[in-house]
Amino acid sequence: MGFLTYLINGLSLGSVYAIIALGYTMVYGIAKMLNFAHGDVIMIGAYLVFMCTSNAGMPAIVSIVIAMGCCTILGMIIEKIAYAPLRKATNLAVLITAIGVSYFLQNMALLIFGSNPVSFTSVIPWEGLSFAGGQLKITGNALITIVVCLVIMVVLMWFVKNTKPGQAMRAVSEDRDAAVLMGINVNATISLTFAIGSGLAAIAGTLLCSSYPSLTPYTGSMPGIKAFTAAVFGGIGSIPGALIGGLLLGIIEILAKAYISSQLADAIVFAVLIIVLLVKPTGILGKQIKEKV
Amino acid sequence: MKKINKLALFANKSNQRLFTTISVIVVLYVLMTILDGTGNLSSLMKGLLVPVCAYSLVAVGLNLCVGYLGELSLGHAGFMCVGAFTSAFFSKAFVGVIPDVPRFILSLLIGTALAALFGFLIAIPVLRLSGDYLAIVTLAFGEIIKNVINVLYVGVDSKGVHFSMKDMMSLGMEPGGKIIINGAQGITGTPRQSTFTISVILLLLAIVITFNFVNSRTGRAVKAIRDNQIAAETVGLPITKYKLIAFTLSAAIAGVGGVLYAHNISSLTATTNTFGYNMSIMILVYVVLGGIGSFSGSIIAATILTLLPEMLRGLSNYRMLIYSVVLIMLMLFNWAPGILKWREAHGIKNFKSILKSKNTKEVQ
Amino acid sequence: MSLLEVTNLGISFGGLRAVDEFNISIDKGQLYGLIGPNGAGKTTVFNMLTGIYKPTDGKIFLDGVDITGKRTADINKAGIARTFQNIRLFGDQSVLDNVKIGLHNSFEYSTATGIFRLPKYFATEKKMDERALEILSVFGLDKDADVLASNLPYGKQRQLEIARALATNPKLLLLDEPAAGMNPNETKDLMNTIALIRKEFDVTILLIEHDMKLVSGICEKLTVLNFGRVLSQGETSTVLNDPEVIKAYLGE
Repeated sequence: MGFLTYLINGLSLGSVYAIIALGYTMVYGIAKMLNFAHGDVIMIGAYLVFMCTSNAGMPAIVSIVIAMGCCTILGMIIEKIAYAPLRKATNLAVLITAIGVSYFLQNMALLIFGSNPVSFTSVIPWEGLSFAGGQLKITGNALITIVVCLVIMVVLMWFVKNTKPGQAMRAVSEDRDAAVLMGINVNATISLTFAIGSGLAAIAGTLLCSSYPSLTPYTGSMPGIKAFTAAVFGGIGSIPGALIGGLLLGIIEILAKAYISSQLADAIVFAVLIIVLLVKPTGILGKQIKEKV
Repeated sequence: MKKINKLALFANKSNQRLFTTISVIVVLYVLMTILDGTGNLSSLMKGLLVPVCAYSLVAVGLNLCVGYLGELSLGHAGFMCVGAFTSAFFSKAFVGVIPDVPRFILSLLIGTALAALFGFLIAIPVLRLSGDYLAIVTLAFGEIIKNVINVLYVGVDSKGVHFSMKDMMSLGMEPGGKIIINGAQGITGTPRQSTFTISVILLLLAIVITFNFVNSRTGRAVKAIRDNQIAAETVGLPITKYKLIAFTLSAAIAGVGGVLYAHNISSLTATTNTFGYNMSIMILVYVVLGGIGSFSGSIIAATILTLLPEMLRGLSNYRMLIYSVVLIMLMLFNWAPGILKWREAHGIKNFKSILKSKNTKEVQ
Repeated sequence: MSLLEVTNLGISFGGLRAVDEFNISIDKGQLYGLIGPNGAGKTTVFNMLTGIYKPTDGKIFLDGVDITGKRTADINKAGIARTFQNIRLFGDQSVLDNVKIGLHNSFEYSTATGIFRLPKYFATEKKMDERALEILSVFGLDKDADVLASNLPYGKQRQLEIARALATNPKLLLLDEPAAGMNPNETKDLMNTIALIRKEFDVTILLIEHDMKLVSGICEKLTVLNFGRVLSQGETSTVLNDPEVIKAYLGE
């Protein structure tokens, strides 16, 4: 029974990673950049929800919507100011700028909220389920997180396949110049991608802190790195890849914590990543890009 | 046919840059030493002299990887970590057994050699990947190294070396034994032998070595592989061999930085900020801002960006915020095509980036 | 004496048979042409000859040695050098350095020697400089020795690529559309350059070309490739008058 509990918790953590990874993978596919600041937008989202629920006493749903709205706007502003001017520059330049944005967000949060951990109350009031006479307990947090992740995935895949803006996103990520020639507004499409990613980040932050209630300005950093790893793991640029990468990473992390060593869990996760990438160099669902001679 | 003589070989453009870099470093060294001697150097600045050299070394090493091998490494702090901990371990273990100066030299050699070894071992799988996948794997390795050292307990007693990954107790040491690596607490009490003079000497040595490397037959091969790997293969260059050499050298230099850092600090711990991705990323920032491919630029950037937060300390709470804004603005100012055009129109010099975007690839 | 002996060479990419039953025999010192419509598979043949692709069928013998499926660098060491359809120079390095890289395997010293600037470094670099300038002077590029390769005009870049290939001391030189993008005057210069190369370097040449003036002007023998298969082979004049060949180029 212990194993099942761990598995479910792993799926739950993995779901959070998957939602975060979505932001990385979509932005990478479309703008060919690593948005290092993504993890910190998650943190901002969590703080916003916390402020709305704890300080302003608003119901959870309203807080989440507000946080999503703010994060969406934040993501779009960051893109316009810091990333768009560098679109034609080398990848490294945007990467470093993204790092600057990440530092900025962290230190802004530090100034406003201080470095003391804030105790986040879960937005999921449900206790959870209990099976086999109390031997298998699944928390409400875990279940809702997994469900939300799956819903997001399904909606996103539908959106990318069946709506005009979604198809525009796919077009721009495959061949930007051709998309321009097709009359697609590339700027708007890129903004939309950042908007979606950042909005999802708010959800991710909420779910993350609901399960792991301690919130500091640095809370988004490590999950951000891990989610980025998950995105590469699953095949960067691929939405289903983000799901698989995230879930697998979460499961491996929780199982490693439980069965091997809590301190070495991170090392084990990264070791697994390395092994997978060595076997399949473009990630689990990644595309092979060959150089033309 | 043009006549070649030894002098022409010596006085070419790349050697000029080397002499300029060396001169600047020597001048700064003399300046700092004088300021210190006359009591004009704040203790804050004084304490930063060795770390600046250490970070500069890691930045030079990373620049070799990013600028000349042409690959992005997000885990270079891991090599700094290896150099730091292995050298500190040796130093602390042999305090009183080996006299100071030879012991430091030995620990320097050990730290550098082990960092090089790790670089070599990691390069073998890593260099098979490319681009972002390679970057992620280097990040992963950096984190693994930091993580493993954090759970390491090593002690020495009359029976020999004891080793544990769980806790201090399971070392099972005798009462007279010495604990050297104490898990998350790392290594305390490393003999503080990195002086500013030694640091600058090592930095100069590293600069000369990298310059000579880059301007030699091997360096040409590495640059050729970076510029056009397929063409390099068609002229008979062994790709893997030279990629390995470049990466190993870059790791070794980072290791030297680690040795310097470790012998300047009373408590050596492996955290995200000291040897984790935060540090790897900081070094990357130095390399990019200083100019990819420019070793002198890396040193300048490392110096300025290390001193800047300290100099802004007066603004206490806002300093990191200002630092991040400065970073973003510097990036935009130096790299945004729109701004670069504006600069050209207004006569402000553009610094040409040595790293061009990789060859266009087509999806098959 | 047959320098290059290729029998039944073929390659498939997934379901596509790109080259099939390709045979060619080139004698030492010959100037051989490989022609055919666009997409016929000519560069694919070059890629197989130089180890960039591994053929699925067939054998390649260079000077009696089987080099089928070997790695690119090893094939170069065995004696094949090439240029590319889209120029592949080491753009951020000087003209001289581009050629010196071609001399990499002919003049050796260890990495350590380079780092510590031992005497062998200076002696070897001097010899490399001399040899590199010698090669460049055949193309008139020695005056541009210190120019950055990417700053050269197009025509000179093509010549530099050939110079670099020759620096590897090959037995067989593969030129992939050397006249691409050239006007008639430049093409005439190229024909002279190729004649000069045959004189100065003891090298056999196989070239891919679309420019019929060049092909009929200098090639001794031709193979025509169409849809990955050999359409016609033999003396230049015979092949060019073959009605099947004319049909392939002009269509029905």
